[in-house]
Amino acid sequence: MKAFTVLTSTFVPLPVENIDTDQIIPARFLKATTKEGFGKNLFRDWRYVNNDEAKPKPDFVLNQPQYRGEILVAGKNFGCGSSREHAAWSILDYGFRAVVSSFFADIFKNNALNNGVLPVQVSDEFLAEIFKQPNDSTLTIDLEKQTISIDGTAKKEYFEINEYKKTCLLNGYDDIDFLLSIKDDIVQYEEARK
Amino acid sequence: MSKTLFDKIWDRHVVKTIPNGPSVLYIDKHFIHEVTSPQAFRGIENRGVSVFRPKQVVATADHNVPTINQHLPIRDELSRHQVSKLAENCANHNIELYGLGHPFQGIVHVIGPELGITQPGMTIVCGDSHTSTHGAFGSIAFGIGTSEVEMVFASQCLLQSKPKQMRINIDGKLGRGVVSKDIILYIISKISASGATGYFVEYAGSAIRELSMEARMTICNMSIEMGARGGMIAPDETTFNYMKGRLFAPKGDEWERKVAEWKKLCTDDYAKFDTELNIKAADIEPMITYGTNPGLGIPIVGAIPQTEAIPDENERRNLLKALEYMGLQPGRKLLGMPVQHIFIGSCTNSRIEDLRMVAGIVKGRKKSSDVEVMIVPGSQQVAEQVRKEGLDRIFEEAGFEIRQAGCSACLGMNEDKIPAGHYCISTSNRNFEGRQGAGARTLLASPLTAAASAITGVVTDVRELTKEI
Repeated sequence: MKAFTVLTSTFVPLPVENIDTDQIIPARFLKATTKEGFGKNLFRDWRYVNNDEAKPKPDFVLNQPQYRGEILVAGKNFGCGSSREHAAWSILDYGFRAVVSSFFADIFKNNALNNGVLPVQVSDEFLAEIFKQPNDSTLTIDLEKQTISIDGTAKKEYFEINEYKKTCLLNGYDDIDFLLSIKDDIVQYEEARK
Repeated sequence: MSKTLFDKIWDRHVVKTIPNGPSVLYIDKHFIHEVTSPQAFRGIENRGVSVFRPKQVVATADHNVPTINQHLPIRDELSRHQVSKLAENCANHNIELYGLGHPFQGIVHVIGPELGITQPGMTIVCGDSHTSTHGAFGSIAFGIGTSEVEMVFASQCLLQSKPKQMRINIDGKLGRGVVSKDIILYIISKISASGATGYFVEYAGSAIRELSMEARMTICNMSIEMGARGGMIAPDETTFNYMKGRLFAPKGDEWERKVAEWKKLCTDDYAKFDTELNIKAADIEPMITYGTNPGLGIPIVGAIPQTEAIPDENERRNLLKALEYMGLQPGRKLLGMPVQHIFIGSCTNSRIEDLRMVAGIVKGRKKSSDVEVMIVPGSQQVAEQVRKEGLDRIFEEAGFEIRQAGCSACLGMNEDKIPAGHYCISTSNRNFEGRQGAGARTLLASPLTAAASAITGVVTDVRELTKEI
């Protein structure tokens, strides 16, 4: 997993609430047996008319060249629904390293963290403020300090993240490394339960 | 100190706790299926690690399987590859697989309980958000992502922070034509699709106690649709009666010993919840959804909210976006609206009781010529029971198409899809945009409502169709 420290980037605004993982990556694209290549199908049915890549929907933000960057900013309750990790893979594969919203669904949040995509939960007010910014403005996310700022303004907010997950992300470690390192404890637990 | 049901099971499964961090939670049972497991197998193989406790893993193929001609090779090449990859992975790692053609094959959340694998007091995970279903037995059961599937393969453990806890009490008698699907759709409509995010929910109260196990499963199943990681119900005699004699349930003295242990699995008096909600069963009517998340539901006799009634601008915009997709207008009633499809199936409502409920309505009647009706038993065993009871004849005579076990049209992944622009009354769990196929318009409802509407071809209040319920 790639480490995450500080990210400064323009952002892609998607002010829609309750974006579920079926929108992020429709089920028909879940037939793959690898983690790669999902980015081209990110928000597939919002991006194209009748699933036709030759017919991008002009009003959808990913089809608007003035909006680009490594940060996706979305309405509240982002990532609800299915547990498919393909949603996090498609966001990462498309080129996003962070998602900002005022509320995340639990499973999506874990899936994102397990893939080095940082979910940044901000207040409704701060989210609304980001959506008001012009398309060339940048955001800076500092994981060590747990802050997100709208660059060129005094607007800055602190965000919460589990201390353990923060260490993992800063260093690019994943949970499996840790779990494998405590195998003896797990075996002891199993013995004690018998 | 007083403990909740959740606390009791959680505490027993904590291997260790990281200071200022999550706990290492031991997992008793791990269900896997073809869609969310291949990358996890590849992950452990790349690390040179084998599956730590293969006997605690059970596999089936359900999401991506056709529901006709299951004896033939799968036509779609990618689907065929994914299903055969599961078989290959299970063989390589000594995991029991109930794949296509096996008499135990079926939707993972249907087969776990029916085989007696799901038991009270367990921790259960699966790479599927509807794993919450198994909480109906008084277990901690929740959906996980593929990285977490890999973690459980590697260590039989997960790193988890303890969630907040909510109790929802439903007391009193349910009205005529109101079933457990209506209870959960009612709750979600009240607290929204994100109202329980961050929580584990315990369902309690006299109305829950009176429900059968299968009805309880329907409720726990949809806990995720209000954002909850899981839902659970304390085990009782109903639970034990359902489990007794099932293939993998404990037997003989072991059974007696287990039941004695399970009887202690309840929330103590005075145990504290972070949130508590009280609902009167009598307030619940048959429910139906009109929007693109399961929180957008109304009593079937009701009307879609007027947008002026919604003070929050975002919420108003979201509702209009949902209604535009659904081709519906604020203030309109759904009752009497023509639909083109009825889907009866999914991990929410495809068990034998659901199908008996449907048969009870359609017996001696014929479906409307304006609708196509697909009925998909949740497992091979449910399908077998349908045949034994002769329900298949009732469905055939009514003009329903009976399919073979699988997730089918719940998720638009396999061949079973609803065409763009068509309305489908579905007993499944999600009405998201495109969920049942690109452009499909889903109205979630109970098996009773689906059955009644199949007969008339329009959104129908089952209480109007028949006095016999």
